[in-house]
Amino acid sequence: MGPGETEITLTINGKATKVKVETRTTLLDACRERLEITGAKRVCDRGTCGACTMIVNGKTVYGCTTLAVDNVGKKIETIENLTAGAKPHPIVPAFSNNDALQCGYCTPGMVMASKGLLDRTPNPTYDQVKAGLGGNLCRCGTYVGIRKAVLEAAKELRASGGRKSGGSNA
Amino acid sequence: MNAFEYASPATLKEALGLLGNSWSDAAVLAGGTDLLSLMKDHIAEPKRVVNIKGIKELGGITKSGGGLRIGANATVDELMESAAVRAEYPSLVAAARGIDSPQVRNMGTVVGDLCQRPRCWYYRNGFGLLAMKGGKSLVESGQNEFHSIFSSGPAKFVSASSFGPALIALGAKVKIASASGSREVAVADFFKAPTGDGDREIDLKPNEIVTEIVVPAAKGAKNATYEVRNKEGLDWPLATASVVLTMKGANVATAKIVLGHVGPTPVVAADAASSLAGKAINEETATAAGKAAVAGAKPLSDNGYKVQLAAVAVKRALLAAAGKA
Ligand SMILES: Cc1cc2nc3c(=O)[nH]c(=O)nc-3n(C[C@H](O)[C@H](O)[C@H](O)COP(=O)(O)OP(=O)(O)OC[C@H]3O[C@@H](n4cnc5c(N)ncnc54)[C@H](O)[C@@H]3O)c2cc1C
Ligand code: SF4
Ligand code: FES
Ligand code: FES
Repeated sequence: MGPGETEITLTINGKATKVKVETRTTLLDACRERLEITGAKRVCDRGTCGACTMIVNGKTVYGCTTLAVDNVGKKIETIENLTAGAKPHPIVPAFSNNDALQCGYCTPGMVMASKGLLDRTPNPTYDQVKAGLGGNLCRCGTYVGIRKAVLEAAKELRASGGRKSGGSNA
Repeated sequence: MNAFEYASPATLKEALGLLGNSWSDAAVLAGGTDLLSLMKDHIAEPKRVVNIKGIKELGGITKSGGGLRIGANATVDELMESAAVRAEYPSLVAAARGIDSPQVRNMGTVVGDLCQRPRCWYYRNGFGLLAMKGGKSLVESGQNEFHSIFSSGPAKFVSASSFGPALIALGAKVKIASASGSREVAVADFFKAPTGDGDREIDLKPNEIVTEIVVPAAKGAKNATYEVRNKEGLDWPLATASVVLTMKGANVATAKIVLGHVGPTPVVAADAASSLAGKAINEETATAAGKAAVAGAKPLSDNGYKVQLAAVAVKRALLAAAGKA
């Protein structure tokens, strides 16, 4: 296909969504610029900061470093899904409870990286949290708060029986 | 990024038919963690992108003939989680863990790691692999703190691959397919220092696809990788050493030592390795081997510190392999 525009269907947060993209459009740009799904941020656009983190088929990826056309037929989860249900995913209040952000620019990516980590490792140690967030940078240096937030959310998830997602969608 | 035609073939045969004879005809897309950045920076401008992730025969990590077969689509994460890898190849697990970003490990493939282009900032900013301007090396006269300490020719970048040294030490091969057949190359020969600006740093032609890596059985050989890094994540190491030891009682029978991120290819330290034969691994012998491994280093104006880092990496990798770290 391509190089011109093509209409594809992406499954984002449980919803089949049609979108016109060029073959060179990244998944991140398809979301942000064509679908008004702007939670994931574009910072480095080179796979080196994590601000664009999404979860695709259960694994965290950089939305800026994968083509939209390469994600047809996959389950894409963005941060919007974490507040789609009646109650947000426990990682969301845990971030505010623990001062896990300052300017907030890295936060959507950090939240999704944290969610991806908790999906895989529901009961992480401090070191596992640290390593698990190794793909995300925070210029403001809020790492300590973020790690506390993940540990708090893990506790909360265990107490509530391991509910994984805010929305029931992805 | 330039506009391109995109294809996602289901078979290797189809994929090979979509490649061309020049790098601008087509590019192979695996995880995209390097290719997309190269394209955004107009270092790669292929007319067609051939996504190989839909090709089932290129997937998976399997035990084969006592060793391992790592398919081209196997991700770094799959390698790190593989029970077969964890059981016998701590050296590969360490190289995988060093790529500290879970996102890169989830997306990036092990074969893609071998094929990734150098990180030299002159190369990435469009000055070419050799970064020559008016017959002079920009690296030599410019900022070179992360560059090569082992160049005999004009290439001053460092090979970016952390798996390369580990796989060379283990004696691995890559299988490469083209429309006209397939060939096997030892990973040690897959990396080459380019001498002209049109050359590549790996033995791969535009119409070829690496289909798998074949790692021989470890047969109890002790192996380890030690990396020295500036920061923990989202960056490449400053120097690494991968070692493989076979033992006779408490002493070394054979040793392999390969340095990473210090030369335009992984650097095999044959003399340092053979000097260990018949000796036990301890602080003293490991330190001596580290010194011997960097004896031929030729640092540039700002990267003399890497000589010491490489020596320490060798020492610590040896101690780790011998269970004395
Ligand atoms: C932030 C960050 C940190 C990193 N840190 C490290 C590190 O510490 N150590 C390290 O070793 N690496 C590191 N990497 C590099 C990473 O490991 C590679 O980018 C990744 O493994 C490449 O795999 P890929 O599948 O994404 O390749 P792609 O980006 O899809 O491809 C890379 C190149 O290889 C070619 N290619 C890929 N597969 C094949 C094939 N089967 N046949 C022929 N050609 C092929 C492509 O055409 C392209 O030129 C880092 C990357 C990032 C973004
Ligand atoms: S504060 Fe730090 S990160 Fe921000 S612009 Fe200055 S140097 Fe860069
Ligand atoms: S914007 Fe994607 S990793 Fe930085
Ligand atoms: S809160 Fe500012 S970048 Fe992390």
